[in-house]
Amino acid sequence: MTDLLTPEEWRALTLSLRVSLWATLVSLPLGVLAAYALARWQFWGKQVLNGLIHLPLILPPVVTGYLLLITFGRKGYVGQYLDEWFGIVFAFRWTGAALAAGVMAFPLMVRAIRLAIEAVDPRLEDAASTLGASRLWAFATITLPLILPGIVAGAILAFAKAMGEFGATITFVSNIPGQTQTLPSAIYGFLQVPGGEAQAFRLVLVAIGVAMTALLLSEWVSRAVARRISGQ
Amino acid sequence: MTLSVDLHHRLPGFALQVAFEAPPGVTVLFGHSGSGKSTVINAVAGLLRPDRGRIALDGTVLLDTGAGVMLPPHRRRMGYVFQDGRLFPHLSVRQNLLYGRWFAPRVPGAELDRVVDMLGIGPLLARRPGALSGGEKQRVAIGRAILSNPRLLLMDEPLAALDEARKAEILPYLERLRDEWRLPILYVSHSVAEVARLATTVVLLDGGRVVATGPAAAVLADPAMAPAMGPREAGAMISARLVAQEDDGLTRFETGGGPIWLPQVRAAAGARLRLRILAHDVMLATRRPRDISALNILSATVEGIAPGDGPGALVRLRVGDEVLLARVTRRSAVALDLAPGRAVFAVLKTVSVAQENVGSAM
Repeated sequence: MTDLLTPEEWRALTLSLRVSLWATLVSLPLGVLAAYALARWQFWGKQVLNGLIHLPLILPPVVTGYLLLITFGRKGYVGQYLDEWFGIVFAFRWTGAALAAGVMAFPLMVRAIRLAIEAVDPRLEDAASTLGASRLWAFATITLPLILPGIVAGAILAFAKAMGEFGATITFVSNIPGQTQTLPSAIYGFLQVPGGEAQAFRLVLVAIGVAMTALLLSEWVSRAVARRISGQ
Repeated sequence: MTLSVDLHHRLPGFALQVAFEAPPGVTVLFGHSGSGKSTVINAVAGLLRPDRGRIALDGTVLLDTGAGVMLPPHRRRMGYVFQDGRLFPHLSVRQNLLYGRWFAPRVPGAELDRVVDMLGIGPLLARRPGALSGGEKQRVAIGRAILSNPRLLLMDEPLAALDEARKAEILPYLERLRDEWRLPILYVSHSVAEVARLATTVVLLDGGRVVATGPAAAVLADPAMAPAMGPREAGAMISARLVAQEDDGLTRFETGGGPIWLPQVRAAAGARLRLRILAHDVMLATRRPRDISALNILSATVEGIAPGDGPGALVRLRVGDEVLLARVTRRSAVALDLAPGRAVFAVLKTVSVAQENVGSAM
């Protein structure tokens, strides 16, 4: 496979996979928590939270990228303290690309998980609590297994979205080969140079391949999980 | 084991204000839908936080809004059998039964084998709830609640979603819980038949208030309670001792007012049973009737007459040291000159006591 792609293209692909994987894994617990809060809890500011989560879905990606830059950039409102106190830097690093991808994919993940939670009878947790399970145990042993297909679907959707993320990423962390040049950024880069169409086209094929694999995998996993849970 | 409950709670268009004590045995919260029964049982379980109130089980305070005490449901050790079973769909029957075991204190209590045996759910253990019938689901739900080692069992209309045949299938198990396991039970129902079969104590609720409370036989035989139960359901309970199975398929009983015969009841001679006798199945005569097809003629004394809304009247009779209700027309009451103290004969057709109205006594 390595001879099919140039080292530069190969780097873009592996970077994209790493960025998307981390974006998905780190946002997953937060996504479950946010989905649960939106589905089950009544609290002040719920609509505001809902709006904030969904904002990246409706804003132009370049706006989200710019907001990330002024927040998490080296001199950003949050970024400067992260750098100063913890030595964490997002700007122009692959971690920044992961942050941008995670933020952009978050609404899709939360929507999928929230739908799954809303399909589970909340009174099952009541039943578990009368049998001695605390709120957390009731969630972990009853609701969590029942929403597993939704979590898998949400994670794969988020992964696919992260693989395709372009606008916010290039605005926030630019297009540095080996650092922040993900698959879409690389395609964009090839299209900017004369005679780069052939290379761009090969990466397009790779992107289609990755997307199709993710889609088929998600179908297969959620079916397997659903079968296990329903016990048939 | 005594549960004391004192609750005040406001819901839109409805105010609940109840106080009662539930002694050992089965306490039935009885009333129409909307009378506040489910609110009370949910507050006892800890699933609902009432505006004000105090709930204590023996020495343990479960709720005291005045003192800021509200034990969460998982610390109360109340086994709760819901109307809809609420089995966990992703777990097998065995895993459902053992769910409470993860959390229950390690004290000797109900054993899986014994519970499975009593409820007859052995063949179901490997199945998922989705593959069970309504009656099977409820039996598993009862087993799951018992196996969590509860101090008190709460049941919210556990039979309401079942058809008559399934109800008849479950009722004997509930009687065994009451008589053999001696588990205190708080039971919500709007079925007089279930009250008569199961209740030790009845708390009658209407519009969010306690209308009457006391031993089941006394509350059921109170003519003032008839409107709350509905005229067709009014009836009293008497206890009877099984004397003999007779050759022609009848079973002979001894009661305080004389012998009675019922269609075959499967129980051993000497067993004490409780019979629910509906008021509209009882006829009255001032002289002992002769040449009549009805086999059961009990001598009784009139204690009181409560005229109903329509042309009927409910007559309260004393039979031995128990009470029987008879529903007659006001016209008959006048014609027979019925008045307190008058000796009469209560006539009951043998076939009118249905099997589901014969339960084990306690």
